[in-house]
Amino acid sequence: MTDRFSVPPVPRPVTDAWPRRPRLVEHSILPGLKLSLGITLVYLTLIVLLPLAALAVRPWEIGLDGVVRTLSDPRVASALRVSFGISLLAALTNAPLGLLIAWTLTRYEFPGRRILDALVDLPFALPTAVAGIALTAIYSPTGPVGAFAAQFGIKTAYSPIGIFIALVFIGLPFVVRSVQPVMQDLDKDVEEAAQTLGATDIQRVTRVVLPALAPALLSGVSLAFARAVGEYGSVIFIAGNMPLKTEIAPLLIVIKLEQYDYAGAAAIGLAMLAISFGALVAMNAVQIYLSRRGRA
Amino acid sequence: MTAATSSEPMVRVRLPGVALVMVAVSVLVMAGLILLPLYVVFHEALLKGLPQYLEALKEPDAISAIRLTLLVAAIAVPLNAVFGVAAAWAISKFEFRGKSVLLTLIDLPFSISPVVSGLVWVLLFGAQGLFGQWLLDHDLKVIFAVPGLVLATILVTFPFVARELIPLMQQQGADEEAAALTLGASGFTTFRRVTLPNIRWALLYGVLLCNARAMGEFGAVSVVSGHIRGLTNTLPLHVEVLYNDYDSVGAFAAASLLAGLGIVTLVLKTVLEWRHSGELSAGRKH
Amino acid sequence: MSLQARDKEFLALLGPSGSGKTTLLRVLAGLEEPDSGEVRFDGEDFLALPVRKRKVGMVFQHYALFRHMTVAQNIAFGLTVRPARERPGKAEIKRRVTELLDLVQLQGLEKRFPSQLSGGQRQRVALARALAIEPRMLLLDEPFGALDAQVRRELRRWLRELHDRAGVTTVFVTHDQEEALDLADRVAILKDGELVQLGAPNAVYEHPATPFVFDFLGQACQLPGIVQGRTLTVADWGTAAPEGAPQGAVQVFFRPDEIAFAPADGAGLAAEVLAVAQRGPDVRIDCRIEGVLMELIGHGPTLPAGVAPGLSVRVKPLRPQVYAT
Repeated sequence: MTDRFSVPPVPRPVTDAWPRRPRLVEHSILPGLKLSLGITLVYLTLIVLLPLAALAVRPWEIGLDGVVRTLSDPRVASALRVSFGISLLAALTNAPLGLLIAWTLTRYEFPGRRILDALVDLPFALPTAVAGIALTAIYSPTGPVGAFAAQFGIKTAYSPIGIFIALVFIGLPFVVRSVQPVMQDLDKDVEEAAQTLGATDIQRVTRVVLPALAPALLSGVSLAFARAVGEYGSVIFIAGNMPLKTEIAPLLIVIKLEQYDYAGAAAIGLAMLAISFGALVAMNAVQIYLSRRGRA
Repeated sequence: MTAATSSEPMVRVRLPGVALVMVAVSVLVMAGLILLPLYVVFHEALLKGLPQYLEALKEPDAISAIRLTLLVAAIAVPLNAVFGVAAAWAISKFEFRGKSVLLTLIDLPFSISPVVSGLVWVLLFGAQGLFGQWLLDHDLKVIFAVPGLVLATILVTFPFVARELIPLMQQQGADEEAAALTLGASGFTTFRRVTLPNIRWALLYGVLLCNARAMGEFGAVSVVSGHIRGLTNTLPLHVEVLYNDYDSVGAFAAASLLAGLGIVTLVLKTVLEWRHSGELSAGRKH
Repeated sequence: MSLQARDKEFLALLGPSGSGKTTLLRVLAGLEEPDSGEVRFDGEDFLALPVRKRKVGMVFQHYALFRHMTVAQNIAFGLTVRPARERPGKAEIKRRVTELLDLVQLQGLEKRFPSQLSGGQRQRVALARALAIEPRMLLLDEPFGALDAQVRRELRRWLRELHDRAGVTTVFVTHDQEEALDLADRVAILKDGELVQLGAPNAVYEHPATPFVFDFLGQACQLPGIVQGRTLTVADWGTAAPEGAPQGAVQVFFRPDEIAFAPADGAGLAAEVLAVAQRGPDVRIDCRIEGVLMELIGHGPTLPAGVAPGLSVRVKPLRPQVYAT
């Protein structure tokens, strides 16, 4: 028997060459592309794209005027201000808090460190409604912290402070989990080099460590912000929901829906999406700038 | 402070004073901000004693809320799991154009407010929605009924499984599958005997997170539910109804079940991260 | 290009990265489809067969061991996925696995997982796994690429012996010319998806078909020259042109260690010695020939005394190759 094969001309040096722009679909030997991509696209279209298209189209049935009128209504405008303003404040507050906790978790060894590490994800795991009523119980005037604050004339629950606390609560894990892996992988050499060059501990942290963490920190903060803007369950109980003061934008959507004002509800929803999207794009740009600088 | 015993590389603590302060502040923040609410849930639930607590959970509305929550999760989670596996297979094993757009779209539901995730279904299937009249004509109900709850939950939990699997499978590549094919395995056998065992822990991880969110979702289902007691109230909505009725023990009793779900999820998730870190996607390795 | 492997041959596909050698191997395995052309095996149209029907044993560059299976399960995989009626019994599979473990000298490691093995051991598991299906052809993609130098040498000999014993036609891909020349019965040299030369290692090494092959197979020195009739002239040095040399202006190639030295007034290329340095058993001689800086290699004891920095000598390439410019 002779084993014989002849070989066709090899059209293109592929595997170890520079990646090309792929064709629409590259040939692959593995089966199931049609099935898996088919499922993916159909499901994505039905569950995400179609509903979002409905959201994008709906507001315009009341015309541009109607949309502008809806959004400039004092109650709506105030709710958007409250949502975005306090979300930003909470996200910014989470930056130092998250940094501190991530630092502690990666740099120090102490009893219970791993439990503390696991607990960081609690706000992810705790259903928002549960967090909402629990936070309210703590910070309402009859609750332990609320009563204490009331002695100084500070109202925690049913005020913007309450919203702020709830948004810090749900945003914290985003910052910790964004910063933590980067901090873990941070090159020890670089810090040691800084030390051999005569940097003090504070200089080492501010001049070497923090700049390296900046992109991750920013990404954590923007995730926390995005989550906070849309947050409903944990805020709605503690906010008090007073028109023009502590109403959040998602609540106004619910209210509009209860009045069967679909277009108005959709207008607010679309506005939230647009503002969040704009904010994320801006933060992304800063982040890209920061990480570019970090690489140079 | 005990000396560093962990195998992980730690920067030597050169300033015990600073370290002590940092650890203390971190523990304080975590305890006061994160842990206290958890404690309060159980404290309030058991405020009037265990019998009262159990009584609140045995109430028919509570039972039906639990049942509905389980039902919704039982539909939404498997669907999202199948989608997640399919999407991850397509994205990680093949090259095609538009992949990064697809990835972005898969993550999109994470950046949508839960309330909007409910709203979109009302816009489609509500009384004045796009298909509202058609549904009415055919005597079908989506909004203020179980299908609406399921759809809202699916949208909110859409990316969970996919985003656990995609990075892991991209990192694993397609070499093992190719090897299985050269050894004579069929496509399905390859998937079942090679791919699935390689991703099982990440799949479990994704399903776990997906399930926790599905059972605990509040905003999205609140919009589509209509709050019909005993019919369209899931457990989180039941909590809200009782709380607004000033039934504190009842609300916190129901909430304690959800908190328990959260704790179980957290424990399982942590165990997975400790024991199978190598088989989870990179971001999950601690 | 057209390429034929002979029965039970050990064929090396050699080329720099991007030359298409791995693609070619993957086409043979059925992991990639060619845009055009054909692959025949024993007269049979190979392209019509899906991967899993081809029965080629492929050893992947990074082994692609199933990470969640033990060594034994990895090796047995190809047997256990056969359709029920062709599948050997459990005892038979176990026997085959034991046999293969013996063959690749991994007795006692059957319960280990791939992550618990060294690189060399993984490579042997991959080989055993490929052999388990009694392949009609064995394909190895950079079989030693991921191993360190010492393990490489050991495994190379061992692989050759294994091939001779198993008697399977083997095609392997490498970018390491030493490996290819040492191991293969024949070497196919590829460049930019084209077959440049095919032949026995010695033939290829001694008569590279193109400047590319010459350069790729070892160090090269290069000078312009002219062939007239049967005489090759480089600068003021004339010598017999190699057989079949083209006429006219040519590029002359020679290996830096295939040289002889002569006194400055003798025959050869005039060279100005710039530096001489002992490098292990060899001596590296930096010199300038025809205005070109060259690094020649001499062997210590045979180096004439005249080869010293600042002196002029004549260098005579022993086996110059010429290529048309």
